[in-house]
Amino acid sequence: MTISVWPDNKPLDVAAIRDLPEGERAEQLKLVAKQVRRLIVQMIDIARAGHIGGDLSVTDALVTAAFGVLNISPETADDPGRDRLILSKGHCAAALYSVLALRGFFPIADLETYMKPLSKLNGHPNRLKVKGVEANTGPLGHGLPIAVGSAVASKLSGKNWQTFVFTGDGELQEGSNWEAAMTAAHRKLDNLVVIVDRNRLQQGARTEDTASLDPLGDKWASFGWEVADIDGNDTAALLKAFTQNRDGKPLVVIANTLKGKGVSFIEDRVEWHHKVPSKEQVELALKELA
Amino acid sequence: MNAHSSVSNETFDCRVAFSEKLIALAEADPRIVAVCNDSVGSSNLNAFRDRFPDRLINVGIAEQNMVGVAAGLANGGFIPFVCAAGPFLSGRATEQVKADVAYSNYGIVLCAMSPGMAYGELGPTHHSIEDLSWMRAIDNLDVLVPADPEQTKAAMDWAVASGRPIYMRVGRHKVPSVTPADRDVAFTFGKIDVTGDGNDVALVATGTLVSRALEAQAILAADGIAARVLNVSTIKPLDAETIIKAAKETKGLVIAEEGVLEGGLGAAVATTLAENHPARAKFLGVTSFAPTGSTDFLLEHFGLTAKGIADAARKLVG
Repeated sequence: MTISVWPDNKPLDVAAIRDLPEGERAEQLKLVAKQVRRLIVQMIDIARAGHIGGDLSVTDALVTAAFGVLNISPETADDPGRDRLILSKGHCAAALYSVLALRGFFPIADLETYMKPLSKLNGHPNRLKVKGVEANTGPLGHGLPIAVGSAVASKLSGKNWQTFVFTGDGELQEGSNWEAAMTAAHRKLDNLVVIVDRNRLQQGARTEDTASLDPLGDKWASFGWEVADIDGNDTAALLKAFTQNRDGKPLVVIANTLKGKGVSFIEDRVEWHHKVPSKEQVELALKELA
Repeated sequence: MNAHSSVSNETFDCRVAFSEKLIALAEADPRIVAVCNDSVGSSNLNAFRDRFPDRLINVGIAEQNMVGVAAGLANGGFIPFVCAAGPFLSGRATEQVKADVAYSNYGIVLCAMSPGMAYGELGPTHHSIEDLSWMRAIDNLDVLVPADPEQTKAAMDWAVASGRPIYMRVGRHKVPSVTPADRDVAFTFGKIDVTGDGNDVALVATGTLVSRALEAQAILAADGIAARVLNVSTIKPLDAETIIKAAKETKGLVIAEEGVLEGGLGAAVATTLAENHPARAKFLGVTSFAPTGSTDFLLEHFGLTAKGIADAARKLVG
């Protein structure tokens, strides 16, 4: 089985998207997001494993950051001043790998090895195996403290890179996030952006039925953060939030998303946290994402 | 009182040497930063803070965050010395040490201040006696226990030069210098420093127990028992060659450490012996949660004294 990408055989010049005017950028990002979703579905189909719900909910925010805002490329992968993108919700590695492959960090065909024996594409990302991965995440609540350290390093070194970190919403039940949130506000890390993939579902149930997070924006604001509460599946809204004035504070973007976004029968259903679609369901999903 | 001529009566808090060395290293290398958990005083970082206010990142009482922040700093090109009391660094942030430091292969020096039972009367919550077991279990993490100020400083030099993920105990309980005057370097990574060539018994010790083993060596000599002392300042990777040689050339080994017996230095030595040269051995350590008492009282309570080591040696060779 081989991965198919850009079915019309007309690949987008993804490296050029960052320089487009904002409106056009948002439109191009939608196309890239659709391709990333197609790759995710195919990877999970081949591996017969993965976290499809969270992969599909975080896709638009990941794509918007990686292709629309941040200085992230294979050419600058070892540049000390590169921007840092950290996927704290490391179980959604398929989404990150798809983004990195489309950006040219490794061949798209390598996505077929996702979770295969000895593959560099482990179920959770490893920075020593894959260029473009900044943190070895997986256990939850690790990405934000690391991102805070990166943001401190950015200021201390005078190189002034941006750090974007993607967390789940259920993940915010880990206390280490709030330790880091205090540090970030205390140190006025306005070069740090947290994107919360607010899909309202965690592995076992709805977040609000497990350990309530709401009012989530108020929580971050009370910790001293600038808050943007937006539609997290809308590339235009994400672009606007990612580039908004931060008023000397760290910024949290509460990206309200649908878990499983883009595939009707997966959307907003708790059982699709890590369920694997049948062959028929894969075909249906790819048809919806055509 | 002091039976061994090489053990002086003057004793040192290794944190003093640590602090001086950290400043010297930071003067020479702008990548060096300190990260701590409201432990500026207990980690002896006041002078560092005054000299490099921007390079001391105090995250507050938040150990998981502290180690994660260090990983982010390392990602950004810095060499963090993470300074926190041993029990909280090793216990509260174990998963961060595993995932963010060791598995991520970052050059970070985790400095476990006041380890073992240095916090004496404060009790078992504040004793760092499980740390060697927990940290030894983590792949790609070097575990160091310098025995005196000279070793502490030399280990820090090595830590910076190596760029390795490192867990290092920094002693608070005062110890005499145990580094022989003829050594070019006080600490060689992965090498056990041997004092004497006695063929009756090998006294294998680490940290605070090294000076006590040297005193035991003198006590035993007066009884006509020839002992050699093995100062194990690199717990992991263990210098198996020197352990095996001692097992072959003596009648048995006494292993003494300021920590639990499950998984620490003794367990490492036992594995090495069992696989290579089974030998008689006696293991001394902290065998239960401690009662209330000073560090010296507690070391005596658990038999972690020169007399305790000598008695164990006599039983082995007798």
